[in-house]
Amino acid sequence: MANVWQEATIVGIAPETPRVKRFRLALGRPMPFRAGQHVDVRLTAPDGYRAQRSYSIASPPADPTTIDLMIERLDDGEVSGFFDAVAQVGDAIELRGPIGAFAWEPAMGGPLLLVAGGSGVVPLLSMLRHRAGATPDVPALLLYSARTAADVVARDELLARAAAEPAFSLDLVLTREPSGRRLDAARIAEALARLGDPAHAFVCGSNRFAGAAADLLVDAGIPAARIRTERFGE
Amino acid sequence: MVTRGFTGRRPDKPVAERLPPGQYLTDDFPVLQLGPTPRIDLARWRFVLREGAKPLKSWSWQEFDALPRTRWTGDIHCVTKWSKFDTAWEGVSVDDLLAAAGLEAAPTAYLLAEGFDDYTTNVPVADLTGGRGMVATRYAGETIPPDHGGPARLLVPHLYFWKSAKWVKGLRFTAKDEAGFWELRGYHMYGDPWREQRFSDD
Ligand SMILES: Cc1cc2nc3c(=O)[nH]c(=O)nc-3n(C[C@H](O)[C@H](O)[C@H](O)COP(=O)(O)OP(=O)(O)OC[C@H]3O[C@@H](n4cnc5c(N)ncnc54)[C@H](O)[C@@H]3O)c2cc1C
Repeated sequence: MANVWQEATIVGIAPETPRVKRFRLALGRPMPFRAGQHVDVRLTAPDGYRAQRSYSIASPPADPTTIDLMIERLDDGEVSGFFDAVAQVGDAIELRGPIGAFAWEPAMGGPLLLVAGGSGVVPLLSMLRHRAGATPDVPALLLYSARTAADVVARDELLARAAAEPAFSLDLVLTREPSGRRLDAARIAEALARLGDPAHAFVCGSNRFAGAAADLLVDAGIPAARIRTERFGE
Repeated sequence: MVTRGFTGRRPDKPVAERLPPGQYLTDDFPVLQLGPTPRIDLARWRFVLREGAKPLKSWSWQEFDALPRTRWTGDIHCVTKWSKFDTAWEGVSVDDLLAAAGLEAAPTAYLLAEGFDDYTTNVPVADLTGGRGMVATRYAGETIPPDHGGPARLLVPHLYFWKSAKWVKGLRFTAKDEAGFWELRGYHMYGDPWREQRFSDD
């Protein structure tokens, strides 16, 4: 049940980018989920004060007992700051889930257009990993906007998938590289020309990114009912 | 369970007292929605009250905008954990809507608010009448921006904000309490932030 809190143990921490770390959590109780869903994490101080935040699951649903979260450190972030500076392997945290309707299942098929801004790639990684295992023939394209090449989460994996998986293509939009471009109508048109007409589009990132990207998809003629958005905050 | 090493960044007492459990204060106005912001043409906008499938009354934008207006200022709480204080709304109270439709009382005890994006959410009628809910058409003195649900959104501020359906196009009275979009997906049927009713068994 989504509503029951459980204890999870941090069994691995690895840097993904200078600002994003991956946390591997061993769950006390298996938590079957759909690719794209998130969990709520709860931290409790000694006097009982609590903070809760949502984090998307990066790992695929194949393993419901060990999940990966990827948390970006924000300046002055109450919870992301704790994960960045304090959390260690062996620590226990509380979480509950799975939560949310931002989800893809193999039976939904494709083509699948995934649009990510920054750490918004996290739930889309779960979808890509799931697709590769379950339905590798479903065409998928990840249009991923990040500041610089160093900020691309799971970069090696994504490049390797793009090389090895014939039905998957990767389009990186690096906004702060010298040759940087922004995500615009032309970029969307190029992606659609490569992918074909998407049956489902999933857009995830900051408020501003997700709103702008979803509008661009509507402008490109994709019916609104096929577009799902997930917004991480500001 | 105490989390090792977590001290937290506590809000001041006056803020903490206004925050329901698990919420934090934001000065921004984050957006929660399932998909793109729908593009709504005011010339074709209509607001419809229905009982089941049967239309009871409908208004064009101009007619709706001419109904008696109500103001409300206070705190709103989103299930994604942010709360925003002192938000100022203006619109047509559900009491005034029922009166304008010529109804002495609501035909049933429950309703589903319906959005132009086909979103639905259920609210007991008693949580909307008696001055508790409105169809808002203004925020902070201006028309409501599309990202925040304009031209019109439901406002039921004492429940989690997913109940305050954006881009609302009508209210459908139902005989029973019928689950809407999120309620079918594990969210609470009622959604009281002070009892932290986020998910179905909370
Ligand atoms: C459904 C959902 C899924 C999410 N998944 C992820 C995920 O996979 N990985 C991840 O890193 N985050 C994710 N987030 C965001 C996460 O829940 C927190 O909002 C984020 O970690 C900030 O919390 P904090 O306590 O560190 O910052 P706070 O202490 O709340 O805020 C610190 C400062 O950062 C600003 N801020 C708050 N949130 C954001 C934001 N998202 N972007 C920019 N500035 C912000 C605040 O205004 C403040 O100035 C998700 C959010 C949602 C709603």
